[in-house]
Amino acid sequence: MCGFLGISIAAVEVIDDRGKTISLASPPQRLISLLPSLTESICALGKCNHLVGVDRFSNWPLSLQNLPKLGGMSDSNLEAIVQLKPDLVMVDKSSPIISRLEDLRIPVMAFEIKTMADEERTLKKLDLALGSKEAGRVWNQIQAEITRANKQLDGSQKNMRVYFEVNAAPYAAGRSSFIGELLTRLELNNIIPESLGPFPKINPEFVVQAKPQIIMLSETGVTDMKKRPGWADIPAVRENRICTFKKEQSDVIVRPGPRMGEAALILSQCIAEKSLSSK
Amino acid sequence: MPKHQLYLKLLALFAVSLILIALGCVFGSTGIDWRFTEVDRTILYEIRLPRSIGAYLAGALLGLAGAIAQGLFRNPLADPYLLGSASGALLGVGIILCLSSVGEYSLVTLIGINGGAFAGALLGVLAALLLAGGYKSSLRLLLSGVVIGVIFSAANSLLTFVRPDLYQSLQSFMLGNTSLITWNANLMMGLALIISILLTLLLSPVLSALSLGENTARTLGLPLDQLRLLLIAVLALATGFAVAQTGLIAFVGLAAPHLVRHISGGRQRVQLILSSIAGGILLLGSDLLAKSIFAPLEIPVGIVTAVLGGGYLLLLLRREQIGIRK
Repeated sequence: MCGFLGISIAAVEVIDDRGKTISLASPPQRLISLLPSLTESICALGKCNHLVGVDRFSNWPLSLQNLPKLGGMSDSNLEAIVQLKPDLVMVDKSSPIISRLEDLRIPVMAFEIKTMADEERTLKKLDLALGSKEAGRVWNQIQAEITRANKQLDGSQKNMRVYFEVNAAPYAAGRSSFIGELLTRLELNNIIPESLGPFPKINPEFVVQAKPQIIMLSETGVTDMKKRPGWADIPAVRENRICTFKKEQSDVIVRPGPRMGEAALILSQCIAEKSLSSK
Repeated sequence: MPKHQLYLKLLALFAVSLILIALGCVFGSTGIDWRFTEVDRTILYEIRLPRSIGAYLAGALLGLAGAIAQGLFRNPLADPYLLGSASGALLGVGIILCLSSVGEYSLVTLIGINGGAFAGALLGVLAALLLAGGYKSSLRLLLSGVVIGVIFSAANSLLTFVRPDLYQSLQSFMLGNTSLITWNANLMMGLALIISILLTLLLSPVLSALSLGENTARTLGLPLDQLRLLLIAVLALATGFAVAQTGLIAFVGLAAPHLVRHISGGRQRVQLILSSIAGGILLLGSDLLAKSIFAPLEIPVGIVTAVLGGGYLLLLLRREQIGIRK
């Protein structure tokens, strides 16, 4: 009898990215995710059906669209979250709502996902917390897709100088960001040096001087980008090797989640197309 | 105005306050929710009640700060937001947040944040005063306050540049946010409000004397400069503690004293108390609007007060020829 009880209350302990230990008596059944990439990871691990609410920006997979939307990053709707009676809330480590949720004795797991290694760790921790055994498979699939994306490019396409613009401020994707890591895995030459960090705000003149052969940015920014003084002479602009991404594609690329493999394929496909058309 | 009439009005304002706090417990994340008894106790006692009382207390602090500023500088447009003390407080909050780890607020960090906000608010007003070369010229004082506000908010942007992980926290402070107010925060604001009100009531003869003009006030033999500095400290205390819990909330401090001016009939003490109550009513009312206009979406309360208060200020400028002495 005692042995039987002992097994049934065996708790799982997971240490989150704050270093805090979260004990779960049983796999949580009512999950809330307040970060799109976490939402996607949970779904990739096959636990989508346990989600009872997500943040405003989580939009993949499509089955989520009927779930309650619980606000954004800096304006999460505390009351709506509490009303859903979650047994675990997944959030970004810098979210201001964490302390408030813990005051109300709602278990919180916080994540900080900036690199590909962070995502691998996140998948493992989620696997442990949710009682799924899918992290290895999901991670391997991401890796296989990235390898496939790499093989789509031939020698002349690799080593091209590339500039990835995150937004029009302009912020660039540096080498230590997950986007930069994808570019590296595709053997492209990011014009942003390692020393500038993951997402540096750069001087537009820097891009003109670095003469990128490929520019990548969202569809909405391209018209203004071409009009910037001096940018018409950048090889990528002159030879029209500009990869533009639709909203759905941007969502895939800018979220460090299980769709990173798909992101690599979007990037390599565009480069393959652009260098063909300009030849 | 006879005394009993004043008491009646006070009573009416208190009644409005209580009704608003009760409404704050009914208005929820899904809009108006009349099933009062079915609401989860946690939601009622740990979220809606501290939030409503907190919004009221923050508004009261700002209303009081506005009344002090307007009396002290004899300037109908003075308010914590325009004087640079609110942005100073925000900078104080930002620096303390920068020094502590993100997301781990204990009572100790709460005191740190309040202390930082108080120091920042004091620095803001004093810098504005210094820049304006005193408070003799109302216009210069207001312009200096605006300049200080711009510089401080630039410094705050620099903080988010250095620590991008703080962006979410600071952003919610910049827009004014009542949704995360805790009972601890209420305790802080309650204490600050009691101290501020007691000190101001004690010092109100200075404000009354000042309303008769600088020279007349001097002939009364009051140590004007020291008392003025003390009042500035009270102003900073009230502003700082409100900003530390709710962030930047514009115009409550400006509008509250104007709304009650005709009731108080020029009596300083009454004016101070009534401004405080009106501030509470204004902010809590705005909070109710912020919660319910786009329910279940919620807009930051700072945006509501900025729109309402800005509109009121324009109306005020058109209706009355506010005498700004150059």
